[in-house]
Amino acid sequence: MKQMPTLFEKIWQRHVVREESAPNGDGAGDSAPPILYIDLHLLHEVTTPQAFSELRSRGLKVRCPDLCLATIDHSTPTLPADANGNYPYVTDQAREQVETFYRNCADFGIQLHGWGSPNRGIVHVIGPELGATQPGMTIVCGDSHTATHGAFGALAFGIGTTEVGHVLASQCLLQSKPATLGIQIEGELGRGVSAKDVILHVIGAIGVDGGTGSVIEYFGSTVRAMDMESRMTLCNMSIECGARAGMVAPDEVTFAYLKGRPMAPAGTDWDRAVADWKTLASDLASDLASDASSAFDRLVKIDASQIQPSVTWGTHPGMVIPINGIVPGRDESPNEDAHDYMHLQGGSPLAGEHVDIVFIGSCTNSRLSDLRSAASIMQNRKVAAGTRMLVVPGSEQVRAAAEKEGLHRIFLDAGAEWREPGCSMCIGMNGDIAQPGELVVSTSNRNFKGRQGRNARTVLASPLTAAACAVAGCVTDPRPMLENGPMPGNQPLMETRP
Amino acid sequence: MSTSSATNAAGIIQSRTLNLPFDNIDTDQIIPAQFLTTTERAGLGRFCFFHWRFHPDGSSKAEHPLMHHVPAEHQVLVAGPNFGCGSSREHAPWALMDMGFRAVISSRFADIFRNNSIKNGLLPVVMEQSVVDFLLAHPNHPVRIDIPAGKLEVSGLGTFGFPLDPFAAYCLAQGIDQMDFLLRQETDIARYENASSP
Repeated sequence: MKQMPTLFEKIWQRHVVREESAPNGDGAGDSAPPILYIDLHLLHEVTTPQAFSELRSRGLKVRCPDLCLATIDHSTPTLPADANGNYPYVTDQAREQVETFYRNCADFGIQLHGWGSPNRGIVHVIGPELGATQPGMTIVCGDSHTATHGAFGALAFGIGTTEVGHVLASQCLLQSKPATLGIQIEGELGRGVSAKDVILHVIGAIGVDGGTGSVIEYFGSTVRAMDMESRMTLCNMSIECGARAGMVAPDEVTFAYLKGRPMAPAGTDWDRAVADWKTLASDLASDLASDASSAFDRLVKIDASQIQPSVTWGTHPGMVIPINGIVPGRDESPNEDAHDYMHLQGGSPLAGEHVDIVFIGSCTNSRLSDLRSAASIMQNRKVAAGTRMLVVPGSEQVRAAAEKEGLHRIFLDAGAEWREPGCSMCIGMNGDIAQPGELVVSTSNRNFKGRQGRNARTVLASPLTAAACAVAGCVTDPRPMLENGPMPGNQPLMETRP
Repeated sequence: MSTSSATNAAGIIQSRTLNLPFDNIDTDQIIPAQFLTTTERAGLGRFCFFHWRFHPDGSSKAEHPLMHHVPAEHQVLVAGPNFGCGSSREHAPWALMDMGFRAVISSRFADIFRNNSIKNGLLPVVMEQSVVDFLLAHPNHPVRIDIPAGKLEVSGLGTFGFPLDPFAAYCLAQGIDQMDFLLRQETDIARYENASSP
């Protein structure tokens, strides 16, 4: 019994070009999945070159260059260019990949936010920042963290390179309809607990494949109380429990964030857009929580008051414990060698483990509020001897805003490195990696084996926790360091605007 | 059942299995990010499971089952649940196929990996965990996969159906070109665009 529509259902219905199984007389079409129209296509250098080659070999052009938003982020160095303007790429192949992307964008008429652009940055940071990401849209990218954009009430999901080619050529995708998973989060978050802790807690609760086959809608009082940057962090890691997408219904917080951004509608167009976005958000099952259980294929309820600052201890994002928790025994994951890889014993605490590197960055946690959160810990404190701290802003806009309010000074004075924007140590493609055996407390999204360097050990954490670990030189609870300082979440958020 | 490996035009894979008895094998294991700076599809097989197959100094890990992979004999990989989790990199199925694999058997696949695989002709075979467990207990086991029929025949155990949506089966068996299929929907796409524009 599904009386109330879900946000997903509303957006899906708006974008169906051709229904499933509509016969078109050519045999294959009789059983084809639905064809979905795509409103915004985000592109970066890593997952696109083979798609452009495919277009060239078929003599095709890009159908809607105006619906593409392109930037360079994965293979780009985070150290500055030399006096001649040469960037220190990790390999010639990395440089060639970026140059290939420049050529592809130029040849196919796509605007690229490349080197020197004040809007360059991690693709999932700049989309919202520019106001390109809007409620009700379908958004895709050859990148699994595309779910980030779902924070605006968009249906946003990662695709492979073949599908990147499909969207470039046709602006459409063949898509089987996923199931829906409602995640209702109610209550107030404790002091020092952020959206990152919430999503780590959720993934730990439902498991690393608990969302497979589904699109998640997050709702409830906790989600409503979050600012946009927190909602982005929440949606960003939906893929880490296997979900294709995560989304939050748009509200006044969403509209206030978008208003006045360069690619957002303006003037009377703005009023029309907001009116439309409001119809999108009205009558949703998630607004009437009592009906939610019948609207979603599955519903999970989370009590926000139970969430502690959370960290991963193992080799996938579902291996989560509270910061002061105990590493589970081997029988919890018998077919994985997480304990051996992480050099950890079941039954021991993770807190107290020596930390070699702290990484603040990635599409999960590299926005201004994340940097403020980390800076609130670092102010008047130092990075511990024997620990390195890298702070990598998510975009040029974030960097400029952070430098304007002096956050970079706080990090530099503490002994941290302040880098150029990019994906950096989240994926380690650009040479920003840890050495074998080193333990990295990272605000990124994946702790897979080798993700941050061969045999490097990753502990995922919030910016607050990561910063506290940098000060302590070991895995530690950030809350004692908050005692005398202001609560980061309570600072007025002066947003990043291009 | 013959044990010689072949994929014929009718969509039959006959092969022995190669086992990776681990859960949650992610795409960073299948193809580490350092190899994603390529602008080509071809040639990724030598980097497939790179850290599992080679020591940091580049020497082979002789004891690893993947080092005993004979492409002509082993076209079917068997692995624990949630195979292919993590990133959207299509380099994962490209690498597996370049290494010689034509199918992967697991009780659950990550969505994007599954999509990417089908689009490249790598068959994700979803099986009950009990069937996977049998295969994991019997390395180098002969199997026969009938793609159009959606059947897996496990020597000594039985024949099992696996889910494959009709369009995917059609595409895999007939080698249908999905981009061409989409472009042939021009009338519908143009109608949608005209209706949506203000």
